[in-house]
Amino acid sequence: MEKKKVNINHEDVVIQVDNVSKSFGDLHVLRNVDLQLFNGENLVVLGRSGTGKSVLIKLISGLLKPDKGDIQVLGEIVNHLDERELRVLRQRIGFSFQNSALYDSMTVRENLEFPLVRNKRKLTRSEINKEVEEVLEGVGLAQAINQMPSELSGGQRKRIGIARTLILRPDIMLYDEPTAGLDPLTCLDINSLINQVQEQYQTSSIIITHDLSCAKMVGDRMVMLLDGKFERQGTFEEIFDTDDERVKPFYDYNFIV
Amino acid sequence: MGRKIEKLLIEFARIHRFMMSFLREAVSPPYEFKEIIRQCYEIGWKSFPLISLTGFIVGFVFTKQSRPSLEDFGATSWLPNLISIAIVRALAPLVTALIASGKVGSQIGAELSSMNVTEQIDAMEVSGTNPTKFLISTRIIATTTMIPVLCFYVAGIGLLGGYLSIATKDDLSILAFFTQVFESIAAKDVFAMVLRAVVFGFTIGFASTYVGYYSSKGTEGVGKAANAAVVSSMFLVFIEELLIVQLLSLIG
Repeated sequence: MEKKKVNINHEDVVIQVDNVSKSFGDLHVLRNVDLQLFNGENLVVLGRSGTGKSVLIKLISGLLKPDKGDIQVLGEIVNHLDERELRVLRQRIGFSFQNSALYDSMTVRENLEFPLVRNKRKLTRSEINKEVEEVLEGVGLAQAINQMPSELSGGQRKRIGIARTLILRPDIMLYDEPTAGLDPLTCLDINSLINQVQEQYQTSSIIITHDLSCAKMVGDRMVMLLDGKFERQGTFEEIFDTDDERVKPFYDYNFIV
Repeated sequence: MGRKIEKLLIEFARIHRFMMSFLREAVSPPYEFKEIIRQCYEIGWKSFPLISLTGFIVGFVFTKQSRPSLEDFGATSWLPNLISIAIVRALAPLVTALIASGKVGSQIGAELSSMNVTEQIDAMEVSGTNPTKFLISTRIIATTTMIPVLCFYVAGIGLLGGYLSIATKDDLSILAFFTQVFESIAAKDVFAMVLRAVVFGFTIGFASTYVGYYSSKGTEGVGKAANAAVVSSMFLVFIEELLIVQLLSLIG
C-alpha cells in the first residue's frame, strides 16, 4: 500500500532535540543526540530494543527529564516548563503507548471522554458525545463504544489508544511501537491508520519502531539509533544502503533474506 | 552507609513532595466529585460486610473476656460501662483502621501499582490531565471521610455484640443496656474516637496511594506495593495510636 504525498514544511520545525543525553545509572542510553521534526512529517525512529527509542519520546513529552541538552516542542523548551505549563503543552501532543495504556476500569466511551472533559470543560454533553462518536468512527470502531478494554483485541486496543489521543486534536503524535505484538494484517491496518491520521489531522509524528514494514509504509524520513546516537538518517533506501554490520542484520531479519 | 542515608533523604523529599502535591490538588478546583463518590462507595460501602462481622465479634468476645474479672468483684452490672468506654475510645477506631489497612490499603496499593505498570498513569499525564487530582486526592479524601463513618458503625455493631454477650447470661433489656452505655460515654470520648478515625483514615489513604504510585515496574512491583501498603498503613496506625493516647492523656 503506497503512502500518499503529504505537504511537509521544512521551514517549520515542531520538535527540536539539541545535544540531549540521558543515562540510567551507569547505562548511557542517549549520548548528545540531535533531532528535528518538521511540520507535517512522519519521522520514524528505528533501533534495536533497549537502545533508548522510547526514552526519546518520553523526554519529548516531558515524562522524563534529560541529563543534558534541551528539547523544544512547538516553541516551548519542555525541560524548562513547570507542571502546569507542561500540562497545557501536552494537550497538543498525542502519545500512543506500546500497550495502549487504556484505563481498564472505564468503558471505551469513558476512556475517550476522560481527557476531553478535563481539558475542555465548557463542552456540553451533546458536544462531548459528538466528538467521541466522530473520533471512534474515524478509527473504525464506533460499535465498541460501550465495551470494556478487556473485551477488545490487541489491534482494537491500539486503535482506541490512538483515538483517545486524537480526541484533543493534537498537533504532534508520538507512537511507541504501534505494531508491536500484532499480526501482519492488523499491522497493515494500524499503518494505514497512522497515515490517515497524518492526512486527516495534519499531524507531525514520531514513530518508534523496529518493524521495517511499518517504517517503510508510514515514514517520510527515518533515523536509526545506534549506540546512543542517530548515526544514519534519510529515506528507507538510504538507511539500509550500507555494509554496516550493525544495520544489515536488521534489514535481513525483517525481510527474511 | 552514606548511600543509605542519601536514599533515606531522597525518600523523605519525595514523601514531602507527594504530600504538598496532594494538598494543592485537594483544595484547588476543579474537583473530582464523581470519582470521590465512587471511591467512597468502593472504600466505605464495600467494606461493610467485613467490618460488620469483625466489629460484632470484637464486641462479643471482649465482653465475654471481661466478665470473669468483674464477676470476681461482683460488678458485672458495670459491664455496659466498661465495654462502651473501651469500644468507643480505643477498639472501634483501631479495629476499623486495621481492617481497612488490610482491605482498602492493599486494594489501593495494588490498583495504583498496576496502573503504573501498564502505563495508565503516564497516559493520564501525557493527555494533559492531572493524575494526582484524579487518582491520589480522591482516594485520600475517601479514606479520610469513610473510615470515621465505618468507625461509628463498628462502635454500634460492637456494642450490639457486647449486649448479646451480656444477654446470654444476664436479664438485661437492650434499652437498659444502651441507656447505661450513653450515660458512661462523654463528649471527649466521641471526640477521641473521631480524631483517631480521621488520622487513621488519612494515613491509610496516604500510605497506600504513595506506595502504589511509586511502585517499581513489573508484576512483582504490584505484589510488593499491595504488601507495602498494608504493612506501612498498619505500622503507622500503631505509632499514631501511641502518640494520640499520650496527647489525649496530656489534654485530660
